[in-house]
Amino acid sequence: MKQYETVIGLEVHVELATKTKIFCGCSTEFGGAPNTHTCPVCTGMPGSLPVLNRQVVEFALKAGIAANCKIHQMCKFDRKNYFYPDNPQNYQISQLYLPICYDGWVEIETSSGKKKIRIHEMHMEEDAGKLIHDEWEDCSLVDYNRSGVPLIEIVSEPDMRSSEEVIAYLEKLRFMMQYLGVSDCKLQEGSMRADVNLSVREAGSETFGTRTEMKNLNSFKAIARAIEGERERQIELLEAGKKVIQETRRWDDNKESSHAMRSKEDAKDYRYFPDPDLPPVHISDQWIARLKESQPELREEKMLRYQKEYGLSEYDSGILTETRHLAKLFEETAVLCGSPKKAANWFMGEVLRLAREKGREPEKVSFSPEHLSSLIVMVEKKEVSPQNAKKVFEKVFDQDIDPVVYIEEKGLKIVEDTGLLASTLERILEENPGPLNELLGGKEKVFGFFVGKMMRELKGKASPDAVREALTKEIESRRKQYGDN
Amino acid sequence: MAKLIDDETLDNVCILAKLSLNEKTREKAREDMQKMLDYVEKLNELDTEGTEPLTHLFGDENVFREDVVTNGDDREEMLANAPKMKEGQYQVPKTIG
Amino acid sequence: MTALELAEKIKQRQISVLDGVKTVFAEIEKKENRIHAYLDIYKKEAYARARQVEKGIAEGIYTGPLAGVPVAVKDNICVKGKKTTCASRMLENFVPPYQAEAVSRLEQAGMIVIGKTNMDEFAMGSTTETSAYGITRNPWNTDHVPGGSSGGSCAAVAAGEAYLALGSDTGGSIRQPSSFCGVTGVKPTYGTVSRYGLIAYASSLDQIGPIGKNTADCAALLEVIAGRDPKDSTSLDRKDLDFSEAMDQKITGMKFGIPKEYLAKGLDGEVKNSFMEALKILTGQGAIVEFFSVDTMEYMIPAYYIIASAEASSNLERFDGVKYGYRAADYEGLHDMYYRTRTEGFGEEVKRRIMLGSFVLSSGYYDAYYLKALRAKALICQEFDRAFEKYDVILAPAAPHTAPKIGESLKDPLSMYLGDIYTVAVNLCGLPAISVPCGMDSKGLPIGIQMIGNRFEEKKIFRSAAAFERGGRD
Repeated sequence: MKQYETVIGLEVHVELATKTKIFCGCSTEFGGAPNTHTCPVCTGMPGSLPVLNRQVVEFALKAGIAANCKIHQMCKFDRKNYFYPDNPQNYQISQLYLPICYDGWVEIETSSGKKKIRIHEMHMEEDAGKLIHDEWEDCSLVDYNRSGVPLIEIVSEPDMRSSEEVIAYLEKLRFMMQYLGVSDCKLQEGSMRADVNLSVREAGSETFGTRTEMKNLNSFKAIARAIEGERERQIELLEAGKKVIQETRRWDDNKESSHAMRSKEDAKDYRYFPDPDLPPVHISDQWIARLKESQPELREEKMLRYQKEYGLSEYDSGILTETRHLAKLFEETAVLCGSPKKAANWFMGEVLRLAREKGREPEKVSFSPEHLSSLIVMVEKKEVSPQNAKKVFEKVFDQDIDPVVYIEEKGLKIVEDTGLLASTLERILEENPGPLNELLGGKEKVFGFFVGKMMRELKGKASPDAVREALTKEIESRRKQYGDN
Repeated sequence: MAKLIDDETLDNVCILAKLSLNEKTREKAREDMQKMLDYVEKLNELDTEGTEPLTHLFGDENVFREDVVTNGDDREEMLANAPKMKEGQYQVPKTIG
Repeated sequence: MTALELAEKIKQRQISVLDGVKTVFAEIEKKENRIHAYLDIYKKEAYARARQVEKGIAEGIYTGPLAGVPVAVKDNICVKGKKTTCASRMLENFVPPYQAEAVSRLEQAGMIVIGKTNMDEFAMGSTTETSAYGITRNPWNTDHVPGGSSGGSCAAVAAGEAYLALGSDTGGSIRQPSSFCGVTGVKPTYGTVSRYGLIAYASSLDQIGPIGKNTADCAALLEVIAGRDPKDSTSLDRKDLDFSEAMDQKITGMKFGIPKEYLAKGLDGEVKNSFMEALKILTGQGAIVEFFSVDTMEYMIPAYYIIASAEASSNLERFDGVKYGYRAADYEGLHDMYYRTRTEGFGEEVKRRIMLGSFVLSSGYYDAYYLKALRAKALICQEFDRAFEKYDVILAPAAPHTAPKIGESLKDPLSMYLGDIYTVAVNLCGLPAISVPCGMDSKGLPIGIQMIGNRFEEKKIFRSAAAFERGGRD
């Protein structure tokens, strides 16, 4: 068999994190009862008119700037005409002729190193409604809650050659959008969707093969499987002397196969033309400059900084920056407690453990960095034992209690005065004459027995170090007495 | 010469416009469209070299909405005109996935 | 009695709001059988509203110059909770849950909406004969059409079945029927009146405008409905909306230009004579009248019909039987439902334009037809821009002939389209224009003259039209 190369380009739809839809004041909130977030505009009522949400432009610009795009400082909206019930006007307002961002790139990293993936364009458009198939009546039902939710479509050049590169590219985009605050990019909720354009060609060939487009890919795993499946299908066709037909295919992840989405009623002629209801959008130099200035630190920069400034490992830096939210909590904690490394240990250990155990998404973790940092400081000052601190942190994690107050109230604070320590020691030694004699006789193993007993008795109110110190002192002085005698 | 409206073109236009023609209406539609296209052919006499298509007469200033929710739940009103509905949704013949 | 005179009498308490409304309904009852200007009449609601407005005027809530005046609304403009059909079977039972901004402004001004007027289906036509609900007859001669597409509104005003009416103008749909019915109608600068709630024919060309018995009534009504609306992205924030101010100013020294090609072949002799007489009235008031040449005249109708049909084909895609309006009774599957619903729901003229529009936007023809038309539009606008460097107002006939006989026009759609020759450029270029009566032909049918202003210069056309009215009386 010949050697084949896979050529992949992606069209990624990212749902923007605005409060309202792109052209009307309806909420974008996910999961409302059907058609409860609709109005004349997003149900395509006659006489209604679109008015552009400023935040959509702002988000699209942020994304474009972060992906090194050029900006069309005068951009327009076009109508894409096709009949389907999820599209209430039977045209989608999108951008074809003058997309807001174009000619950019992002860098990805895979096992074979770093690589630039070029971005052909990013454009703004509206999402469609949702169709539910009603088995009882053998009909479909339309819900327009998602109709008009703002999207940006990110179109890459055919620069990817494997599913590994595709996943790396998608991860890259996902982190970028999340860090910019532009989208939460959840594949499961459909806030990030990818259509895969794929063709194969003989290794070394300069020309592209015929490509197909695959839709309905809603997880990274499905995308990887669909790429493998489609690659094999196309190679089989070519090996059998057949041709690949340019078509749109729908991936069925359960069957792990795809089928053509064709119908003679789909003319595939969208008759794009400039939307006369929407005047052009002008993007000033100042607007771009302001966004460039206010661009937040993205994940890669953050990871590097954690390693350089905080001295964290690449692995820890990676974990801590997996969501912008957690990274923000971590950094604030690190700054407040003055020890990034200790803060990192808490996050890598306790925070992630509790999130995992309690099944909480990292974005939903919400405690005050002040509370964790004061806990870290208390441990540092030996005002609370590490064991107690972990227990207290669980309360911080769950209810965001103030650990200083809580430790005080529960009497978990390590006592400063040595009176309690001394009297407890006195009593313990007295109660255990046998082991005491052994210790005095030089049996050092018994030392641990007394430390343990003391710790249990003191319930963490003294640190093990303090207990050890007091015990050593006492034993030494008693030995001296024996020696003197 | 203007584009000749052949059967294929006419069928394609009908698919795009979601309109059907029967034997009676078909020839009339073809004739009307042909007449119109022959007539607008005149535009080709006009030299538009170097002239940009004028899409919007005005629009030097941006027109935006702020990102504030202004609409509540008006489902009943929105659905009141639906020819067919079920459980708060618009009912249509089965769509193929 | 004009609308402003009625409002003044109401203000002076010489006549009650209710009596004003009652006289209109009396006329409707007398004439509507013959004219059929209305598709829906809100008698009960209007009486109730009249009492409310009466109170409002007494309490000083409604202080404007048209408070208490009944007004008719073209049936492509949404009145909340009332059937809005666009004279189409497609929207037979459509009741919008929202209201056109222009209608809200009528209500805020204390006016009383008395009903919805007939029109060409989806405003496509020049005779009001494409209405799915029967034709409207010209009150001057009921064997003739009232013009269109705002034929119902114009006929209602001409017949005294309304003091004022709203129409919409995409290629002459206010000015041409105004001329045919002997009333005054204004197409404002694009963006002056919100299009929110106006069911779109061609979005880049559509404007709502006033129709009345004279210029002063139209200026007053335009003041009521004009103004920036945040719901319409193409609506403009204008500061010069005090149109009535211009009414009493003289036109001495104002320069009027007439494209001489407009008076060449195709113009009816009687219309031309009447137009030339009108020029004398203007010069008699000290205006300067000159002829100039327009090179783009023969490209106006081709450009207009390509652009209007293209936009219409897209705007009317939403009528599919899913969310509102007509759905075919029998169908097999989704696409069959689309085909049947649209084939049964739309009339012939609408389908003709949708098909033309779908074609000119389709792959392979977009550049040759649609973009070419947009380029022609640019050249047409440049030519008008140059003309307005020299002239304050451009004069033109409103139509090449007077109202045709019923049943004559639809036989040959193309020749009907050619009748829009004097009006379409105004829409392509977003200009304001007024049509005022300037005479009668030998059959007793009215003739109108069109005064076209530069963008935002409504005041100049109101000033000219008012002076012309005064001159005609002397």
